[in-house]
Order: sequence, then C-alpha cells, then structure tokens
Amino acid sequence: MKKKILAAPYLVWMAVFIVVPLIMVAYFALTDNAGKFTIKNISDVGQYANIFVRSIWLSVIATAICLVVAYPVSFLLSRMEKHKQGTMLMIVMLPMWMNFLLRTYAWMTLLGNNGIINHLLGLIGLGPYKLINTSGAVVLGMVYNYLPFMILPLYSVMEKIDKSVLEAASDLGCSSMNVLFKVIVPLSLPGITSGITMVFVPAISTFIISRMLGGGSNLLIGDLIEMQFLGNSYNPNLGAAISLVLMVIILMIMTIMNQFSPDDQVLM
Amino acid sequence: MENIISLKNIVVDFEDGERILKNISLDIKDKEFVTLLGPSGCGKTTTLRIIAGFLDPTEGDVLFEGKRINGVPPHKRNVNTVFQRYALFPHLNVYENIAFGLRVKKLPQKEIVKRVGEMLELVNLKGFEKRSINRLSGGQQQRVAIARALVNHPKVLLLDEPLGALDLKLRKGMQTELRRIQQALELTFVYVTHDQEEALTMSDTVVVMNNGHIQQIGSPTDIYNEPINAFVADFIGESNIINGCMPRDCEVEFTGRRFECVDKGFSPNETVDVVIRPEDVKIIPAEGAKLTGIVESVVFKGVHYEMIVDGVDHKWMIHSTKAEQVGTMVGMTFDPFDIHIMKKTAAEED
Repeated sequence: MKKKILAAPYLVWMAVFIVVPLIMVAYFALTDNAGKFTIKNISDVGQYANIFVRSIWLSVIATAICLVVAYPVSFLLSRMEKHKQGTMLMIVMLPMWMNFLLRTYAWMTLLGNNGIINHLLGLIGLGPYKLINTSGAVVLGMVYNYLPFMILPLYSVMEKIDKSVLEAASDLGCSSMNVLFKVIVPLSLPGITSGITMVFVPAISTFIISRMLGGGSNLLIGDLIEMQFLGNSYNPNLGAAISLVLMVIILMIMTIMNQFSPDDQVLM
Repeated sequence: MENIISLKNIVVDFEDGERILKNISLDIKDKEFVTLLGPSGCGKTTTLRIIAGFLDPTEGDVLFEGKRINGVPPHKRNVNTVFQRYALFPHLNVYENIAFGLRVKKLPQKEIVKRVGEMLELVNLKGFEKRSINRLSGGQQQRVAIARALVNHPKVLLLDEPLGALDLKLRKGMQTELRRIQQALELTFVYVTHDQEEALTMSDTVVVMNNGHIQQIGSPTDIYNEPINAFVADFIGESNIINGCMPRDCEVEFTGRRFECVDKGFSPNETVDVVIRPEDVKIIPAEGAKLTGIVESVVFKGVHYEMIVDGVDHKWMIHSTKAEQVGTMVGMTFDPFDIHIMKKTAAEED
C-alpha cells in the first residue's frame, strides 16, 4: 500500500493534465460549436489528406536521415574510451542547450535568399539558389533539431554491447559487414525503435520548423492544427478532430514499429 | 607430430607504450593440449589473442601450419575461441548460438541441423535448443560457448580462462570434460589459466609465463619436479625459496649452514635461489637437529596441515599430515635431492 502512495503525485498530474485534456480533445472533435454530437469534423479532416501525406512523408525522410547519420556515429561513440565518450556526448548534446527557436532562426539566416549560404556561393559565381521555403529546408530543420534524440538511445544500447561478443562473431567467421548485420543491428534494435519514435513523433507534429523554414507552401499537420485555434479559420472542433486523427496515425505507426522490437522492450 | 602453430620472436607493445610480450617464441604441436599459465598481466591472454587474430604483434611472426598469418583477420583463421565470459549472443537461443558460425558459412540446413545436434550431445545440452541464453546457468553457458566454437571443426581451439567463473566442483567436472573432448576430437587446445592445478591436471605441455616472458615449457611433471627458476617453483605449488650460495659442487649454504645437495656446475660461491617444497621438509625432534624453529601457526588444509615454522633466518612452510603444537620448538630436515638449486634469473629484474 505504501508504495502506491509514491505514485500519487504523478497520478494526480496524469489525471489533470493528460487524461482530462484527452477527453476534452475527443469531446471537441465529436461535437459542433453548439455542443451537439457530430462526426462532421472527423470527416472534414479528409479534405486535408494532402497535408497529412506531406507531413508523414517529410517526417519519414527526416527520421531516415537521422537514423543513417546517427547509427555510425553512435557506434563509434560507444567504442571510444570511456572518458572520451563523455566529451563527445556533450558535443552531441550542445545544440540542445540552445533555444529551439533561436536554432531555427539561425537556419533562416543561413538559408535565406540573401542569406549567408547564397552570399558565399555568390562570391564564387554560383546561385542564388532557392533554399528556404522548400520542403528540403523543412527536412533539414527536422534533422538538425531532432538528431540528438536519435543518437542518444542508439548510443545507450550500443554502449551495452560487449566487445567480446563482436570478437566472438568475427572469430566465428563474420566479416565486418556480417558482424554489423548479424550482431550489432539485432542487438541495437531497441535503440533503433526508440530513436525512430523520438524523432518521428515530434517531427510529424511540428509547426515551428515548417512555418519558419517551409514558408506558406509547406504546411504540415502542426500548422493546420495551429490555424484552427489561433488563425483566421478559427475552428477548435476541427482542430481537435485533426489532432485526434494524428494521434491515431501515430499510434498505428508505433504499433507497427513494436512488431520489430524484442518482446521485453516494447515502447508503448 | 608437426607444429601447427609457431610463434617466432613475438613482441607486443600496447598503445600506451607498455611492452606486454617481450620476445616470445613457442611451438605448438598438432593434437596437443597446451596451457599458458601465469599470474594476471603476464601476457598469456595477449598471446592467445595473437593466435586468434584479434591483435597483431608489433614484431615477430605467427605461423599456422608453416604459413605466416600475421594480418590475417580472425574470420579467415582456422581457429575458434572460447571467451573468458563466454560472449554468447544475447539475441539468439542456444541452438542459434551454436549454429551461428555454420550459418555465416552458409552451410546447407541439413548439415547445420546434424552438426548442431552432435554438439548438443557432446556438451550434454540436448533439450535446451530453444532456451534463451539468459536463462542458463554459468556451467550451461560455458558449454554452449564450447559447442559454438567446436561446431566449426577448427583445427585449434583457444580457451581463455573458460572455467574461471564456475564454482570448484563444476570446474573439476569441466576439466575432465574438456580433456575428454580434446582427446575424442583429436584437436589442438591452447588453454589460458592462472590456476596451476588446472594446468597440471589437463595439459600435455605447460608454458609458464611471467612479465611478458616465457619462463619454462615442459610437461606437467617436469614443470613441477624440475622448475627452472624460483618463479616457476613458487608459482607451481608453494615453495620455500631462500637465498643461498654454492661454495662448491654438491654443497650449498643457506641460513648460515651448509647442506649436501645434488646440483653442480655453478661457479664457486655463486649466489643462487634454493627451493624446497613444503611437503619435502620433515619435522624431527629439536635435539641435535641442524635446523630448528618455533611453530608459529598451524592451518588444517584437508589433506594435510600447513605449518609455518620460524627458523630465525627463514619462515619455513611445511606440509605434514601430523600437526605440531603452536609455540613448540621443532627440528627440520630434508634429503639432498629435495634441495633444488636455481640460478638467479634476469626475468625477475624487470
């Protein structure tokens, strides 16, 4: 009985700030502005299918890039001497200590039509290129902001892989490639799935990155939701419906992800 | 018998500049059970890693069946290793752990089933195929590790303190088991241990190492009965080691007295190490004895008592089946052929 008391602060928190709001979201999504039950909001979400597709597509690309970039780095990191690992991890984390908005603003200055990159390219007679307000810039922003969330879980599982297990694999006939695919990848699977979750979920629901780097033409789900609450097209019921659909989509994707995870490492 | 592995003048320096192996040469014969024995840090595991291919020597050659294999990666060598803490694959079950090497070599499924089955039988793990390795005892994990290495039919099996984590009874059982497997499969085993008893029990040849040098190579009986220097004598079973000198052939002086011995060939008055095994010291009445001392402690060791007798110049360790009273004065004697005279070694200096 005593142990249950320890969970009380969080249980209260969860009830007030998670369960109740979720119920409210569901309530708004399923009612019209007069408070009557309707599924019109949900069916209206269908109009924005292209935005959903774009959001999913861009976050999938960003997540894939993060994985490809983070995987080898995490492995190298995990094989370094212990005291060097600490320094390197700090460097990886460093950008996260700076304000998220500031980091994204920095990219605006870099990528702008008259920005630093185009200016430098101009000096050697290239450009100017249209860098900002493209979907590429949105993906770049996502990768830049969320890369550490991929590196950290990967590093923490890889760090636990015993060096002698890798030696055993090569002793038993594995080339370096074989060691990677037969031992390192299977053993780091929990890190891969949690890294994907930690990058994909914030990426698919972001609105700052797309607003600042994507211009008006690269609207994401996050922007769409924001517009329903704060924009001209004020419609909280539709906004709640979009949020609900997004949640279901994320839930589905995570369920699929968990199929690849070992039984004892399920994320949700 | 032919040499299957030869190490020629191997030197290994680690990155921090420390010299781990200092010019080691060793021939290992086919179908031989060779044990590398020494205290921790003596370079025995490093020697094993050089044979396995995890480490390249700074200087010297590694030969396998007469061919130089320096720089050949581990997966291209016809040797397999049983690791110190087994290093089993945590994501695979018992069967898949054992089948790992065969799957990598893309053997036909039928062959894999047959060979893994044979191995499970050899190491008494039938019925454990589907078991996760996290749910095995230390002894079972150990046997999976052995099966996983042997299933590849290596010419040489390298074992790095494979029994170190097991309790005494299990270890004894596994020693006999390993010896049986080695003889049944007619393989060459290179076995690393710091346990001298294990080395003497299992091996055809024992290689005693210390400080990156090989001290002595020989059969277990040779090593025990004719240790080449004080280090080997001390490491292989306990010994009384006393500074002495040789006034002339067949006479040795230590603790201020002269004794008859059987060694010769030393220069006059050369300083030497005198080694006498604790079981070779006999206790006699103190009256008229050449050597006397006061019994300082008596410890029961099972088969015998271990006594420390303070003889002023040296504290004697004595093994005897009869205990003496602590505090009594006793005499000690030993036969001339039980006094082993050894040259002072250069190896002790570094």
